[in-house]
Amino acid sequence: MALIFKDETFRDDFTYKNSPATIRRFPFPFIEDQYRYSVNIEPHTPGPKGSVYEFTFDIDEHYVSEMRDRAMVLQEDPGRCQALPHMMTAQWDMLELVMVSLARDYPDLFTLHRDGAHWHWINKPLNIDQKFTFGEVNSLPYEPMEYVGRQIQGDFSLQDQRDGQLWMDAGIITSQADWSLDFDVGMNFFEWHAPVPLAHEAGVFERALKFLLNMQIGQPVRRLNWTMTINPRLDTSPENYPKWGKDRTTVTPENVGEKVHLRVELQGLFRLPRSNAILFSIRGYLMSLEQIVTVPKWGRRLPRVLKSLPPELIEYKGLARYRQTAIDWLEKYDDGAPTSPGGGPD
Amino acid sequence: MSGFPLRRVRVAEVEQVAARIKRFRFVDIDNAPLSQFSGGSHISVVMHSGDRLMRNPYSLMGSPTDTSSYQISVLHCGADSRGGSKFMHENVAVGSELEISQPLNLFPPVRLAKKHVLVAGGIGITPFMSMMNELDALRSDFELHYGVRSLEDGAYCKYLQSRYGSRVNVYRQDQGQMIPLDAILGEQRLGTHMYVCGPKPMIDWALQTAELQGWPQENLHSEQFSAPPPGKPFVVKLAKSGREIAVKGHQSILEALEEHGVDASFLCRGGACGQCETGVIACDGYIDHNDHFLSEAERVGGKKIMICMSRIQTGSITLDL
Amino acid sequence: MTISTIKSRPIYPGLSPDLNARSNIIVCDKAGAAAVTELFSRADATFAKRSTVFIADALQETEAATARKDLAPATLEILPSLSAGIVRLREFLDNAPMGLRLYAAGTEPLIGSVVQAAADYGIDHLSIRTEHRGSLMRRVQCVHCKGFTENVTTNPVTCSHCGLTLFVRDHYSRRLAAFQGVCIDAENPGDVPPMEAIYQ
Ligand SMILES: Cc1cc2nc3c(=O)[nH]c(=O)nc-3n(C[C@H](O)[C@H](O)[C@H](O)COP(=O)(O)OP(=O)(O)OC[C@H]3O[C@@H](n4cnc5c(N)ncnc54)[C@H](O)[C@@H]3O)c2cc1C
Ligand code: HEM
Ligand code: FES
Repeated sequence: MALIFKDETFRDDFTYKNSPATIRRFPFPFIEDQYRYSVNIEPHTPGPKGSVYEFTFDIDEHYVSEMRDRAMVLQEDPGRCQALPHMMTAQWDMLELVMVSLARDYPDLFTLHRDGAHWHWINKPLNIDQKFTFGEVNSLPYEPMEYVGRQIQGDFSLQDQRDGQLWMDAGIITSQADWSLDFDVGMNFFEWHAPVPLAHEAGVFERALKFLLNMQIGQPVRRLNWTMTINPRLDTSPENYPKWGKDRTTVTPENVGEKVHLRVELQGLFRLPRSNAILFSIRGYLMSLEQIVTVPKWGRRLPRVLKSLPPELIEYKGLARYRQTAIDWLEKYDDGAPTSPGGGPD
Repeated sequence: MSGFPLRRVRVAEVEQVAARIKRFRFVDIDNAPLSQFSGGSHISVVMHSGDRLMRNPYSLMGSPTDTSSYQISVLHCGADSRGGSKFMHENVAVGSELEISQPLNLFPPVRLAKKHVLVAGGIGITPFMSMMNELDALRSDFELHYGVRSLEDGAYCKYLQSRYGSRVNVYRQDQGQMIPLDAILGEQRLGTHMYVCGPKPMIDWALQTAELQGWPQENLHSEQFSAPPPGKPFVVKLAKSGREIAVKGHQSILEALEEHGVDASFLCRGGACGQCETGVIACDGYIDHNDHFLSEAERVGGKKIMICMSRIQTGSITLDL
Repeated sequence: MTISTIKSRPIYPGLSPDLNARSNIIVCDKAGAAAVTELFSRADATFAKRSTVFIADALQETEAATARKDLAPATLEILPSLSAGIVRLREFLDNAPMGLRLYAAGTEPLIGSVVQAAADYGIDHLSIRTEHRGSLMRRVQCVHCKGFTENVTTNPVTCSHCGLTLFVRDHYSRRLAAFQGVCIDAENPGDVPPMEAIYQ
């Protein structure tokens, strides 16, 4: 399927919309009618053709516009991209993984020629043609993580592994669900997860960390996480909370279907070979309730899930002001029929 | 996740590098590129010796960025050996085919360190070979202190000295030379980390010396080339399947489970990674915890065992499997 | 002592002597100095001799005299403020070898500043022995303008740089040596609860 890139916005007039084909491939995160935190990690093996799991990194119709939004965020706040000095090897590891994967999986869009350390990268959708020397920072216009990070959908962080811990020592984060890279840089796995309710006590993070520390080269894993966002806004950072916080009070029974978006993160975890670091990719998908209910199974399930949430999660995800309005609107689409297991459409 | 995906390699080169040490070079069976790796990594080598299956970890020694081949060095453990190192020395030659795991690193240099002091004894030099390669490429400050019985017994002394110059210091036991660790540690800049690999007594000595010099624990790192120590036979009961499996004197619990087709989780098989941690439901004997993973409190608690290394002296043990 | 369930906030277990270290560097404030006296009493006589204490606090002449007496025979330097104390600590660490042990006792901003400075010298935070004494005041970083507000005793608090009213979150960054402050009325401007003095 040849991709046609949309020209759309994630701020101000919010022209972002999914095409019908994109709706079908949305990674709906709820595998049953209720939700709670768990160590939901599975091997990141290639999924069905056309699905968001088909390739190592998913590129879709929003690619070009998302990259434009990222450039705007970085222009306003360079602190959204940071790397501590000891992460340079990991940065190159990330650049290699991203370029090799994209060129292999999307040969019509990206090409990579390698002759020893002499690399030639062509990104057709963004009109980039770059020759550089692998390992030489000065041969690129940005440091390697920022260079590829500006050319791939999703946020990324790099974790150094030492003393039986993972340390978030680098990242390029411009479309996050309300956490600050600038604040979290240098923290370990338990520390950056500190604000998450219930999961520490349930042992989720202890088990997840133990698993990640033993991750092997070439054996990536993935998991899904979700929240809700008002308007298709990518930059819901704490930095800009005074700009988007008000949106939460604008939801009415009339506009809820259009305004409230389910925001799903397809998270990938990769052991990087030379640095022994772990790459964490956070690929976000946004879909309005209106579009979600076009898939009957999702329309039935989502209100049930929203009703099942523990209060701590409602508070943490910032749903309190509009959750009931969303449930009331969604329930029209729930005929009470049983739903099939798994997240995919029937 | 139990175990690891394996890849087939062919032995491209074997060289006797010291009295009891051979160096092996592996290439992919189809000459496909191997993964790059990080300094301090090891691979597991699977060996079929008669009807016995062994998987021994060996440190990677070459350049971490060389994807054309991997190199390991194996010390012949002699009569003591249950067979792995003996098999490598006597049955593996150029052209032999073996299976290996992906590289795994349980002994990485700390990238925040201002300087790295590497202390090696005998075959314990191997993880430092790739580590120095990496540190040198990163222009990180390091020095190696390498104790050998004699120049005949110590591998790579000349090579290392010619490549890294005065950063390499070799101490020959046959000449009465000892690693002057007190003096070495006494004059290091703040932010230096020490790494030690060698026989257990040497590791203990180095760590203790550093502690007595006032070095914080956080700056000390070690890797021990442990193999599962033998003992008396005993019985393992599996709570979930209700099976009973006999562990022979020269077997680890993990090996006995594998021999009987029970799928158990593992990675390093050296008691370091934590992957094989298994719940203990009942035990009428005393557990010999031979791993480097469980905390003292966990050992005393008696609710966990690392089945790649630990065993019981007598009686039977019931595991949550 | 601060007892905390905040996973990102360090635990300050209290000062215990490392008898092996060849020198001890101790940074404290007025309240923390009492913890240092207790530390000395738990160690042998030569421990204090091997110690250099920086009191980073404004002291009255009588207080300084008491400190000199209580902390003898340690080498004592009195610096007029926390920031002056940290400058002095950095100077000291510039030329220091391995084998020293770092201690910090006092308010959380003091401990945090010591840990933060030490990181630049490759000193792991876990190897620093710490004890919380005195005020519960916090250092807060405004997540919006990135400015730091010092000596915060209330929640919410007004950002001393951009003027937003900040909710002080229980989320701590060791790298910044600060808690996170987030605009409290972003969703409903003007809807600000009264300030409570909870970090006295
Ligand atoms: C992370 C890691 C990295 C390693 N890297 C290397 C490396 O680079 N090079 C290398 O040579 N080795 C390395 N080792 C060690 C290696 O994996 C094997 O343990 C070693 O080769 C011995 O294996 P084996 O099968 O010959 O002997 P094993 O039988 O497994 O014996 C190991 C030791 O146990 C003792 N032993 C065994 N049986 C008996 C018995 N019946 N009575 C008394 N004592 C006994 C002996 O002291 C013997 O040397 C590494 C180990 C680890 C955990
Ligand atoms: C190294 C990889 C990872 C990174 C960098 C990472 C990062 C983060 C961050 C920054 C947050 C937001 C915390 C906040 O509110 O400030 C978060 C939330 C969370 N993380 Fe992770 N994480 C990683 C891996 C995992 C794994 C493997 C799990 C598996 C259990 C997990 C489970 C969660 C959960 C449950 C939340 C709460 C999300 C929500 O309810 O919206 N994380 N993570
Ligand atoms: S397999 Fe690594 S500790 Fe047992």
